[in-house]
Amino acid sequence: MELFTNQVLAGIATGAIYACMALAVVMIYQAIDHLNFAQGEMAMFSTFISWQLMQWGIPYWWAFLATLIISFAGGIIIERLLFKPLAKAPVLTNVAGFIALYGIINSVAGLIWDFTIKQYPTPFGSSPFLGSQLISTHQAGMIGVTVLLLIALYVFFQFTRIGLAMRAAAALPESARLVGINTSWMIALGWGMASAIGAIAGILIAPVVFLEPNMMLGVLLYGFAAAVLGGLTSPLGAVIGGFLVGIFENLAGTYIPGVGNELKLPIALALIITVLVFKPAGLLGRPIVKRV
Amino acid sequence: MSAAEEVVTEAPAVEAVPKRAMTLGLGTSLVVLAALVIAPLFVKNFIIFQMTMLLIYGLAVLALNILTGGSGQFSLGQSAFYAVGAYTSAILMEHVGMNYALTLPIAGLICFGFGFLFGQPALRLSGVYLALATFALATAMPQLLKLGFFEHWTGGVQGLVVTKPDAPFGLPMSQDMWLYYFTLVITIGIYIASVNLLRSRSGRAFMAIRDNEIAASAMGVDVALYKTLAFGVSAGITGVAGGLGAIAVQFVAPDGYTIVLSISLFLGMVVGGVGWLPGSIVGSAFIIFVPNIAEGISKGLSGAVFGVLLFLVIFLVPHGARQVAIVAQQLIGKLKK
Repeated sequence: MELFTNQVLAGIATGAIYACMALAVVMIYQAIDHLNFAQGEMAMFSTFISWQLMQWGIPYWWAFLATLIISFAGGIIIERLLFKPLAKAPVLTNVAGFIALYGIINSVAGLIWDFTIKQYPTPFGSSPFLGSQLISTHQAGMIGVTVLLLIALYVFFQFTRIGLAMRAAAALPESARLVGINTSWMIALGWGMASAIGAIAGILIAPVVFLEPNMMLGVLLYGFAAAVLGGLTSPLGAVIGGFLVGIFENLAGTYIPGVGNELKLPIALALIITVLVFKPAGLLGRPIVKRV
Repeated sequence: MSAAEEVVTEAPAVEAVPKRAMTLGLGTSLVVLAALVIAPLFVKNFIIFQMTMLLIYGLAVLALNILTGGSGQFSLGQSAFYAVGAYTSAILMEHVGMNYALTLPIAGLICFGFGFLFGQPALRLSGVYLALATFALATAMPQLLKLGFFEHWTGGVQGLVVTKPDAPFGLPMSQDMWLYYFTLVITIGIYIASVNLLRSRSGRAFMAIRDNEIAASAMGVDVALYKTLAFGVSAGITGVAGGLGAIAVQFVAPDGYTIVLSISLFLGMVVGGVGWLPGSIVGSAFIIFVPNIAEGISKGLSGAVFGVLLFLVIFLVPHGARQVAIVAQQLIGKLKK
């Protein structure tokens, strides 16, 4: 029983990472109806920016804040420059665009900061949390920040005018335009927010996986799995999905014989396929009904 | 918000390509064919090898094109089918001692079955969800091939070395050149078969599903059957390409068939023009040569250069090589007047 509890705790700790990433994935999916394959790379780049700011002697929280603003602006600029002209292009062209963006960001980050692995500081410290060996204060802090972020997003979308406008623009673009919402800028805003959330995720993850240009690849995969599990249309679902994937991953690794570390990834992917086949809308997502 | 309020009227994911626009005219085809037949006589062995790979990837892109351009289904999982084909050929050649040419139809059949089966769960998915599921398949495949359980057959992480066949009947040509012509014959055969497939009753069923699934089923098209069939055919052709690839490269290893390969094939299809079969070879050239060009321009920034080139292509010619071909055709038409 103690093994079980420990594994669940460890799962929650890694799950917090996936939850952050899934949240960013869902944000941009809400805004533009595409999965952004470059999301992880954007988050990685933001994390490098914050690292660079800290190298220049700026204190952690100021660097954190500055990175959020830079990422927000960066997301909007990418949308305006590269993806707004593609809004009417076929979906496949958009996906090719994401892949191109992935290549560009990855390679530019490698050129500026090279591919060596870097340590990344944490403001929460890394001592054991409440006497547990498996979950450190950093991981506890990570869970805390994720939950705060989720609450903030909930408040933003439910209780502010602009949040309502964003939801309207995503749900029914034509009608939203008719009531005077600038849907094009709502999409840009969605990109900005997703980019900023990705930055938070990256900054929280970096102390665990270490900072390097390829750090996000695995995390993004689990983030996708989490987003699919929770439902691509539900931010809360994404976070719950993230924790579930983390717990599932750890339990499968411990209890199913033959599933060592090498099979953890296929297990997560099998989970994606199973969820997609049996409950395509995810745990909390809305099923999409099409008019014929 | 209840589910019933949610009403989405969306444009089809893949634009409709008319059947006639899917192929080249007879004259142009013959010119391209002549170029492909004559070219290897004048170049070095390494370039012949690259041309062989061009044809092989062209086949794989063609397979994806039948799936996406034909039946409107996405796939980022082509590398998994390619891997199964490659491993089937390699294992049959090295463990069973079978002739290389005979392994290809078996690789194709096995992949057809595999694709057909994978098409069953894929039936319930569309668009981005299908892309994700196939993405998962592609990422899982190298891990599965590395499993200790199959190690006796697959050689585990190390992979298998495949012997390159000699030219038969004492023909005076190098191994590379023989393999090139061998691949060329197979490629042309599959290309003609694919064109005919898309022109047939089944092809029309694929396209009807692509353009409007509900209308297609109302007209009596068995949507489930044809969707899985499209997956099977696509996987089968990819499997043959994989088998040829294994023979040409003389080596199979799990890490040769990662998601990167799937993404390359996908990019090849977009660059070549979705639903335009001759574009497959253009797309294949893009994914083989452009990374080299990018590396030539800047070593450290090759990924960025590749990305920028890709963006240029999708901004300037969002419909890929097909658009270029149509513009060229119109120009020639004007000149004739």
